[in-house]
Amino acid sequence: MRLSDFVQHLINAFSLGGIYALIAIGYTMVYGILRLINFAHGDIFTYGIYFAFYGVTLFMFPWWLSFITAIFFTAFLGALIERIAYRPLRNAPRISALITAIGVSFFLQNFATVVFGGRAKSFNPQTGMYPVYFLKILKLGDVRIRLVTLITLSIVAVSLLVLVWIVYKSKVGMAMRAISKDIPTTRLMGVNADRIISYTFMIGSSLAAIGGILWAMTYPQVYPYTGMVPGLKAFISAVVGGIGSIPGAMLGGFILGVSEIMIVALFPSIAGYRDAIAYVILIFVLLVRPTGILGVEVSEKV
Amino acid sequence: MSKRLSVKTKTILTILFVILMALLITVADKKASDYVVLILNLIAINIIFAVSLNLINGMTGIFSLGHAGFIAIGAYTSVLLTLPIEQKEITYLIKPLISPFNRIELPFLPAILIAGLVSAGFGYLVAAPSLRLIGDYLAIATLGLGETIRVIANNAWSITNGALGLKGIPSYTNLYWSWGWALITVVAIASLVSSSYGRALKAIREDPIAAKAMGINVFSHQVMSFVIGSFFAGVGGALWAHLITTIDPKSFAFVRTFEILIMVVLGGLGSITGSIIGAAIYTVGLEFLRVLESPFKIWFINYPGVPGMRMVVLSVLLIVLMLFWQRGIMGRNELSWDSIVSIFAKLKRGGKR
Repeated sequence: MRLSDFVQHLINAFSLGGIYALIAIGYTMVYGILRLINFAHGDIFTYGIYFAFYGVTLFMFPWWLSFITAIFFTAFLGALIERIAYRPLRNAPRISALITAIGVSFFLQNFATVVFGGRAKSFNPQTGMYPVYFLKILKLGDVRIRLVTLITLSIVAVSLLVLVWIVYKSKVGMAMRAISKDIPTTRLMGVNADRIISYTFMIGSSLAAIGGILWAMTYPQVYPYTGMVPGLKAFISAVVGGIGSIPGAMLGGFILGVSEIMIVALFPSIAGYRDAIAYVILIFVLLVRPTGILGVEVSEKV
Repeated sequence: MSKRLSVKTKTILTILFVILMALLITVADKKASDYVVLILNLIAINIIFAVSLNLINGMTGIFSLGHAGFIAIGAYTSVLLTLPIEQKEITYLIKPLISPFNRIELPFLPAILIAGLVSAGFGYLVAAPSLRLIGDYLAIATLGLGETIRVIANNAWSITNGALGLKGIPSYTNLYWSWGWALITVVAIASLVSSSYGRALKAIREDPIAAKAMGINVFSHQVMSFVIGSFFAGVGGALWAHLITTIDPKSFAFVRTFEILIMVVLGGLGSITGSIIGAAIYTVGLEFLRVLESPFKIWFINYPGVPGMRMVVLSVLLIVLMLFWQRGIMGRNELSWDSIVSIFAKLKRGGKR
């Protein structure tokens, strides 16, 4: 492989990894606080794309306004799901919560089929979804990159910086970190745990929406099951990085994105197995470090 | 307190029940429409799936999400063995089938058994490393595993015919095969659960560390449970493939595991009779919900019939079930002759008052 090809693949890999990282953060934040695998997160991602799609086609918003409203609506959807389906089960056995989460995911997919239709909708600039010049190809020497890849990378970077600021510098973030350690004690400190959990879902869901819109710009269509594969892979990223850890989710996302693109680029003969690469990495990492790369060892309670 | 039935009475009742069921199945096989026979077959196969998953999830407390993968292994193995050689030559267009499968054509029974054994062997290979994980991590690893099997089935053209799937599978499965295997599954797993092994499994479910302290080899028990569960998943997969007569990798997606999980949870996680009831209700209910997908009229409101609506209703039902009725129909109790008698006794007493 020539160096320019390598650089080209690497940039694509990072933009894919960045999208995985954005979604993975939603999984990891919810798990960190509630110890719940939010199976519906991949479908929240899908809804983010749908909201953006309908903002443009139904309400005739300009693309940027439509994207912003989509992010808001998705955040609201995430909080709504938590309020209706997860909050009543907070003290229930974890398996009930997990099954409910699978149920919510199933519901969102089928609801989308009924309401939005099962056929794929095209999310490309020709339908006014985003400006055509996003698809322009930039040439830096021998390296050819689509502008949309660079935009993806920079939006991912900005979102991650904002997230880090929220979690590590703001008061809400401080409360989130406290809750993930110990909910009852944090409540005693005068923190409204329910509200903080809602915020967590909002932040996670809006990151999923951002990831979804960026995903749809690269793979320009949306259908009810769009979020399944990226959702699963992002989920695996979160586990690989150490579920519950935000830096872990980012690391896991990039590891997965880079290895997926690079393995396919280096060994085109196994390109069909692309979706299996993530699982192989997952099982390998779990066997070596059962709590993920940056995960905390949990001691067994006796 | 109601009197307990003697072992002899119970055995007689059970034998009578099985004979009655066999008679009913014979009648259904002769008289019922193809549609009803199909549903009855599906109920039996779903019972096999639900009871085997319940052994792993409900009895042993290993939250496995890879059942669809084992079903796929069973289905593909059996089909590769039973598919007529001419059919194999027609089907494998892109890449020819590897030897020795291209020369084999076996009857149904050995194919089912081999399918179960291959699935069990795979279960062993997987269980041994991944059971080192606990709780959620195990769920994730098995989920990944099930999906990996699907991706492999999608790409191994020279074995599975890839995304095109396999067609023209001989439709061997009939009511005797499916209900016969359902009976074997239930008897095998029920006797396992009521043995000392079964008590050890339940101890592991409640508290693995305490079980270990009591001298139970947690790991080997979990592996055993997993292997037996995957054996029956494989058998069920074989029966299913020979009922539907076409399979492709999409039939073994995660949704499949999810459906079985609904049956198990609906019936009560940890109850075998619960799983049977859950499988029956789910299968029949899914058919009744088809009404929602065809147009109908209530008074003056025209309902257009929305495709996909029954899945929406189903998932809402599951969520509501989990929110308000987590224990399912049976909880962890079993429906036994004793409990039936005591229910009747209660009704009688209630009637007298």
